[in-house]
Amino acid sequence: MLSAEEIAIVLLSLKVAAASVVFSLPLAAAAALVLARGRFPGKTLFDALIHLPLVLPPVVIGYFLLLGFGRKGPFGAFFEQVLGLTFAFRWTGAALAAGIMGFPLMVRAIRLAIEAIDPRLESAARTLGAGPWRVLASVTLPLAMPGIIMGSLLAFARSLGEFGATITFVSNIPGETQTLPLAIYNFTQSPGGDAAVLKLCAISVLLSLAALAASEWMNRRSRGFAAARSLL
Amino acid sequence: MNLEVSIRRQLGATDLNVDFAADAPVVGLFGRSGSGKSSVVNAIAGLLKPEAGRIAIDGEVLFDAAAGINLPPERRRVGYVFQDALLFPHLSVKKNLLYGAPGTGMRIGFDAVVGLLGIEPLLERSPAALSGGEKQRVAIGRALLSQPRLLLMDEPLAALDNQRRQEVLRYIEALRNELRQPVVYVSHAVSEITRLADHVVLMNEGSVLAHGSVHEIFNRADLRPYTGRYEGGALIEAEAVAHDTSYFLTRFRFSGGELVAPGMDTPLGTRVRIRIRSRDVSLATERPSGISIRNVLEGEVTGVSESGGAIIEAQVRLGQEHVPARISRQAMDELGIAAGRRVFVLVKAIAFDKRSVGFTA
Repeated sequence: MLSAEEIAIVLLSLKVAAASVVFSLPLAAAAALVLARGRFPGKTLFDALIHLPLVLPPVVIGYFLLLGFGRKGPFGAFFEQVLGLTFAFRWTGAALAAGIMGFPLMVRAIRLAIEAIDPRLESAARTLGAGPWRVLASVTLPLAMPGIIMGSLLAFARSLGEFGATITFVSNIPGETQTLPLAIYNFTQSPGGDAAVLKLCAISVLLSLAALAASEWMNRRSRGFAAARSLL
Repeated sequence: MNLEVSIRRQLGATDLNVDFAADAPVVGLFGRSGSGKSSVVNAIAGLLKPEAGRIAIDGEVLFDAAAGINLPPERRRVGYVFQDALLFPHLSVKKNLLYGAPGTGMRIGFDAVVGLLGIEPLLERSPAALSGGEKQRVAIGRALLSQPRLLLMDEPLAALDNQRRQEVLRYIEALRNELRQPVVYVSHAVSEITRLADHVVLMNEGSVLAHGSVHEIFNRADLRPYTGRYEGGALIEAEAVAHDTSYFLTRFRFSGGELVAPGMDTPLGTRVRIRIRSRDVSLATERPSGISIRNVLEGEVTGVSESGGAIIEAQVRLGQEHVPARISRQAMDELGIAAGRRVFVLVKAIAFDKRSVGFTA
């Protein structure tokens, strides 16, 4: 069975992934809304910027985070002094790195879901007396829910596997920033670590399969939902 | 309801330039597809912003470009029934109905609307499980429950088959007659407009060609190319006076005599408008005998319009009404049809159906 150390690694990984999804979700939903419904100059640039983590080497993102959110970085200093939140070499930094790496996946899924909603449903809600915020909460977001769930799962799975940006930004500190992939890497570097590597790999596979199954289940549900809507 | 619309807006290649004022319970916006009717209702609802102009309902300004007034849709209290219902797919019928209901101080109550539209059995269903006609009835109920001072209906029957169309049309008549709900009704179908509208705004290529009472617009010969040659004819104000229960016929009296039509469910004494299509009207110079045609009315030709083709149109005065008859030019010459001539107007009883008779509120 798993040792206390291994359980701690799994729990830390889940905590990092959960935090990264929870905190990036509102931002991703807002970005998706702006990209799906907004019309403004510079939209293409904004779109490209959001997609950067998908195309840049993770190490580059990690280094930018180190520059920006390190103790002496402009954002890092701000968060530490104003909100008392430190990212450098902390699990919060691992969550930030994972959140940024998963962000484009989340935005994409939500954006597609919003674009599939007939904007006239929102117009109909307006004529029934609902202001823009109520329309968002009662029509747009509920109808985009399959995309929101899908995007969250994708980002969660991406977070569980995050390596390059995390190790560059917050290093590989056991008990603090050493998530599953980092721990596996560590054991491969130490003599006699093969058994531990295999065990952690198995856990990794199980977690990924669970996330995949959940996303497939959600996907099927959302397709059923879309089919029901197409009957209208 | 008093509605003033005076707006301008560029829409692709056409220039929307609409100007009318109407004081009537039901205003019909009538014209071919692409004539700008939907843009006008979208502007009234606040979903389309005109470049210039003014929109007011009962004196309250919804939009005034010069004064910088542009109320958002949710503050206009204007209901909207779209062609394809647009029910919220994630909400039950009941939740759809209550979406815009203010909860307190409702002039139009939930039970009244559900009863009027016959949607009680549908309340717990999902919109996906409804037929086209049911969806449209729920959409009408949803708009009514938001307590609108004006209800916009944009081709609400266009997506339905003929049978559903008659079904929903009856409910729309009921909301006009029973709830006294002011309506702007958009359609390109003559039968819907003549049945429902009191005031008609005739639109063509983005502007108003003519507007006035439904009687006036559909009886004007110069508008015939727009009100429909094939469907064109007279609109007669009449009253149901007798039902023949053995032959299932209904008799209507108007200023020029009586008309017999297949049995309608019109209560006796009801004021109705009857549409007579000019292609259903024949003329005779003597009272014919031994003929199956039930309606034979004597009148006087007041004018003939001909353009040299095979078909001419003769206007015949019957009491205070003018009925146009489309006949061949050859028949005109043989019978000597000309202004001042006494003639008999012949119309088969079965030329009338439910679509040609509209109740007036």
